[in-house]
Amino acid sequence: MIAESGHYALVLALGLALIQSIVPLIGARLRDAALMNVARSTALAQLLFVGASFVALVMLHVNSDFSVANVYENSHSMKPLIYKITGVWGNHEGSMLLWVSILALFGGLVAAFGNNLPLSLRAHVLAVQAWIASAFYLFILVTSNPFLRIANPPIEGRDLNPVLQDVGLAVHPPMLYLGYVGFSISFSFAIAALMEGRIDAAWARWVRPWTLVAWIFLTLGIAMGSYWAYYELGWGGWWFWDPVENASLMPWLAGTALLHSALVMEKRNALKVWTILLSILTFSLSLLGTFLVRSGVITSVHAFATDPTRGVFILLILCLFIGGSLSLFAGRATSLKQGGLFAPISREGALVLNNLLLTVACAVVLFGTLYPLAMEMLADFKMSVGAPFYNLTFAPLFALLLLAVPFGPMLAWKRGDLLGVTQRLLAAGVASLVAVAIAWGWASGGATLAPLAIGLGVFVIAGAVTDLVERTGLVRLPFATVLHRARGLPRSAWGTTFAHAGLGVALIGIVCETTWNSEYIATMKQNEVAHIAGYDVKLDGLFQRQGPNYREMIAEFNVSRDGETLSVMTPSKRSFTTRGSSTTEAALLTRGASQLYISLGDATAEGSIAVRIYHKPLVLLIWWGPVLMAFGGVLSLSDRRLRVGAPKPARAKQRLQPAE
Amino acid sequence: MRRMMAAFVALMLLASPAAYAVQPDEIMSDPVKEGRARELSRELRCMVCQNQSIDDSDAPLARDLRLLVRERIAAGDSNSQVLDFLVARYGEFVLLKPRFERQTLLLWLLAPVLLIGGGLALWLQIRRRARSGADVPAPPLTPDEKARLAALMSDDAKS
Repeated sequence: MIAESGHYALVLALGLALIQSIVPLIGARLRDAALMNVARSTALAQLLFVGASFVALVMLHVNSDFSVANVYENSHSMKPLIYKITGVWGNHEGSMLLWVSILALFGGLVAAFGNNLPLSLRAHVLAVQAWIASAFYLFILVTSNPFLRIANPPIEGRDLNPVLQDVGLAVHPPMLYLGYVGFSISFSFAIAALMEGRIDAAWARWVRPWTLVAWIFLTLGIAMGSYWAYYELGWGGWWFWDPVENASLMPWLAGTALLHSALVMEKRNALKVWTILLSILTFSLSLLGTFLVRSGVITSVHAFATDPTRGVFILLILCLFIGGSLSLFAGRATSLKQGGLFAPISREGALVLNNLLLTVACAVVLFGTLYPLAMEMLADFKMSVGAPFYNLTFAPLFALLLLAVPFGPMLAWKRGDLLGVTQRLLAAGVASLVAVAIAWGWASGGATLAPLAIGLGVFVIAGAVTDLVERTGLVRLPFATVLHRARGLPRSAWGTTFAHAGLGVALIGIVCETTWNSEYIATMKQNEVAHIAGYDVKLDGLFQRQGPNYREMIAEFNVSRDGETLSVMTPSKRSFTTRGSSTTEAALLTRGASQLYISLGDATAEGSIAVRIYHKPLVLLIWWGPVLMAFGGVLSLSDRRLRVGAPKPARAKQRLQPAE
Repeated sequence: MRRMMAAFVALMLLASPAAYAVQPDEIMSDPVKEGRARELSRELRCMVCQNQSIDDSDAPLARDLRLLVRERIAAGDSNSQVLDFLVARYGEFVLLKPRFERQTLLLWLLAPVLLIGGGLALWLQIRRRARSGADVPAPPLTPDEKARLAALMSDDAKS
């Protein structure tokens, strides 16, 4: 019954979405408030039904109802409860259901909190949302129904892929989807603006918080995925430039550009056309990401060709939305008036540079991801594009971007004084040179690029702090005044500082980890000691243990430094009987921002075991950086002027909307 | 034919139990040569994996390639000779950093062309617009907007 109810709820949601796709638009054409307001009710009802459908699938997984194919293929009765729940989105059908659930959630949020949007704008936005929703409901119902039953239900399920049975994976996809799908809102706003032929600074003010929310989640989602790969896959790598990762990086790059260009539009009423285009591109890249990951085209072009139903369906959705929105853009964009002039050297100019670099970086990733596919299909030339390519192309672009980051927020709007800003950044420059010198001395020659990159990271952090120091008047003014000023600063200024500093922090982490990572690879016997980066790691022994749905072999290591025991580390290797596969569970010892990392290989008959021990200096900064960035985003979101949905006094609200 | 054989061998290897990225028994005794082997390994693709280098991958095929790289280095090949040898055997697919040639021209030139072209175009346009005269005045407020503005202002005055 549960499966059928879930299925039926999804069909009803499709019906609602179809109504929402058309009726509000007719209402907008006829200027009929009642018809336009239909969008609000249908969006909320859609959320209810998709939510019910999602809950139904969760219940099926929790109850281990193996008569449902999706549960049978991805679950096991012995699986811990949390992985029964997270297993819902650890597979294709379930993750698509999560995708539409989040889409409905955002639609519902616009419906519920968009009271202060002009009625026709809200109607248009929700209608566009409904187009996207209808396409994906159809996709799920036609090609990826998670509620399909099996005629002869098996007794036991086939279990979830063991590497996916992890807390990191419980959180990673929902976060990522909140980001991907969140960009649908700015897309819908852009299409609505094009359809209405009307766009102004207020539009940017409405769009920015939604973009920011999506960006925050995407930032955290990517960071989480990277950390998951780092500890779960067992060789300490955290970014592989794998097409699936690129699929999430591209919307992030475009979304970051969008955040900045929307800022120019909001403050200076300039870059309108470009902001609209970026809104379209960002969500298009999210759709492309969904296509790349879900169609299987990446794993192999041939896998795609043998079962093309899903791929072709998403490809159709992709062409329809990207092609449609770009044609609309091409037709209407010229009618949008440009405003707000500025000199090349100005805050606007700096933000244009930011957009140029981010867009080119995004194009590099896009080409790197699709070029091999295109070459294989068109020219029958098989090639690979991997980390060494991106190190040569993407990295210099980002270095340029980071070099410019401290200048941006300090330049004045309209016409800036580059020389003046350079003088004010002198302290940050000196700090960065000192950092270069220290890194150089400490590494005693060695890598030449690494100390420079660290200097760049320090420059970005110090530059971000300098902006704050200048604005609060720290150093110049008495402390009480500084405190008062700091409190008076808009939260978005604090947000900028944290987000920009986060970039520098992440860069330092990346450089330290890749340059000064030390490793020890050997076969160890009991009581043997490995020496690495000043630590003594002794293998105390090997044990076997039975877990809920796996057996594991645990190695116990005693870690000491200068004869003093610090900790016991227990990496393990788990074998999952149902799938006949195994995972390595690395053991991590955190010291400050650095980590000691141990993972196990195969045991030999004589009782010794292959071991990889890494010392990764300052590795945690790689993820603290994005967390800082996201925190900056949250601060900026809490800024008073961005709280679009902030509750207003009831009387004022009545006065505002006499039409209702 | 050779490529098909390679794919077949790869599939056979995939079926055997998982091994491990760089194993203790693979490491060369000469640290300089081992360093070169690691460096090369990071530029070579494990062909059965998703964009993983053979240095990272624990697939058995990656192990065979790592051993092959070390064999060539031990035989006295230079780095580029090792790469040539592998390309001759497995095609350009094995290189994670594609060579600069006719088929990859667009890929490699994309970033500099976009950056320089885009930068120039933007610079010229912004300068032309900045010189072309005064600010375009913002469109006047509609009566609706005026009412809304008045309401908002009175709100602010109260709080």
